[in-house]
Amino acid sequence: MRVLVQGAGVAGLTAAFELATRGAAVTVAEARHALGGNASWFAGGMLAPWCERESAEQPVLDLGRDAADWWDAATPGQVTRAGTMVVAAPRDNGELERFASRTSGHRRVDEDEIALLEPDLAGRFRRGLLFPDEAHLDPRQAMAALHDRLADKGVEFHFGADASAVSGFDRQIDCTGMAAGDDRLRGVRGEMLILNTPDVSLSRPVRLLHPRFPLYVVPRTDHRFMVGATMIESQSTGPVTARSMMELLSAACALHPAFGEAEIVETGVGVRPAFSDNLPRVEARGNTVTINGLYRHGFLLAPAMARQAAELVFNQDKSMELANETDRQRQSA
Amino acid sequence: MFELLGTTLPSRLLLGTAQYPSPAVLADAVKASGTSVVTVSLRREMAGGRAGENFWSLIRALGTRILPNTAGCHSVKEAVTTAKMAREVFGTNWIKLEVIGNHDTLQPDVFGLVEAARILCEDGFAVFPYTTDDLVVAERLLEAGCKVLMPWCAPIGSALGPVNIAALRSIRGHFPDVPMIVDAGLGRPSHAATVMELGFDAVLLNTAVAKAADPVGMARAFGKAVEAGREAFGSGILEPREVAVPSTPTFGRAVFA
Repeated sequence: MRVLVQGAGVAGLTAAFELATRGAAVTVAEARHALGGNASWFAGGMLAPWCERESAEQPVLDLGRDAADWWDAATPGQVTRAGTMVVAAPRDNGELERFASRTSGHRRVDEDEIALLEPDLAGRFRRGLLFPDEAHLDPRQAMAALHDRLADKGVEFHFGADASAVSGFDRQIDCTGMAAGDDRLRGVRGEMLILNTPDVSLSRPVRLLHPRFPLYVVPRTDHRFMVGATMIESQSTGPVTARSMMELLSAACALHPAFGEAEIVETGVGVRPAFSDNLPRVEARGNTVTINGLYRHGFLLAPAMARQAAELVFNQDKSMELANETDRQRQSA
Repeated sequence: MFELLGTTLPSRLLLGTAQYPSPAVLADAVKASGTSVVTVSLRREMAGGRAGENFWSLIRALGTRILPNTAGCHSVKEAVTTAKMAREVFGTNWIKLEVIGNHDTLQPDVFGLVEAARILCEDGFAVFPYTTDDLVVAERLLEAGCKVLMPWCAPIGSALGPVNIAALRSIRGHFPDVPMIVDAGLGRPSHAATVMELGFDAVLLNTAVAKAADPVGMARAFGKAVEAGREAFGSGILEPREVAVPSTPTFGRAVFA
């Protein structure tokens, strides 16, 4: 079976992997000229379904639970399994209690254990939560690794390609996000920074809770830290605003004052495609299967969506049942 | 039923639309609460033109009346510009006016508030000013042309509930004929019932519902509490009695012992 995957964001790459693994001849067409520039490129890369459950519905936990295993198998060496640390300033301890009561899969950590796990945060926070089963990856490295793995498997990539110009496929998978033009989708703008400082070391993503400016810092290689991310009901792709930058930076400095001397090596803006329930959909229409609405859970939920899409492609009889998988899980949640 | 600026509203609960897990949950919460007015912010969302349009159409689809707000505005100029944009986007002259004086506590800048209220009232807006419980500020806002007042009961998002009951009683008592909506600081349904029992006309809240574990259930609970508080106010609440102090001579001790 010959399958065309449109879009080389996290949804497209994971779908291509699932299809190629099942023996399809896969071609990936991406309108951009290289990997990157899409919402996935600006993602945090946290595989944190337990933390996300604080504001997301149950399917995000159910569908995201196996994501770290999937990435580990598909891109060996990319996943760091060190959990997630959640802290709050003493004044915002109420936020910590609220977070703890809305989530599972965590244990309390005190000042000593925080110091043991993250020595640079020693003495800064008295109480926190550790989500030991969570993981993270660097989205850009993981996408590049997946791309290479796919190329090894014989998947063809066409960058800068108009998908309508390529033809002769049995099935198509549309993974183009906002560009799919689905009027049920809305864009949720996210702004992020990449900071560089040798003065801080973190072993795992740290979330700093705040009633209005919650923030996460994800450590990357070479003293880099991804700081994110705003959630604004807008699909503007314009540059990061002064207010967002100020909020992100002041929260980062509240986590550790040494971030004040860090270099801002990049600012980025991504627009997350979301349906009104903020849950993703895999849908089949004719010869096309669509994966969309990954919202802020691209790396977390793309593997599960890719599997569903691949099964749809290979088993049309079950199509209706599987197309409604997400809805059913939401209703039973 | 509740008459507000010539409009009849079925519910005395106004609901904010920020911070919900998803627009779908928001829609369910609005339905469960019975609210007929929702507030929506657009200061941050309007960067880059009408880039927030998709979310705004979801808000319009709720089918309630919309009270746009100027949340996030720290100056008179910003608030006035945002109000004009809101009028265009939502086709209403209603505006909840917020001029924030402190980034951290979100306490209103009452001086800027009065100034912005005057400009907007002259421009034909029906201004709903988010203010403190200060009587003099309330007077100035009315003088500037406001026909309704929205005193806080505690700082935005604090969930503290009515921290100064005496001040709330006082502002209610001083302006008996002005529609007054308690806005900000409510944490639980009993807080809403308490301020409604004091005779306020309505309450506006957001975080207490949006950040609840089950926003839909909490929205329903607030809807009931607001109704209960209002009905209690209209039914003559029994004042607390000092039962330890006898008010009449205690003849026949055996009966009262």
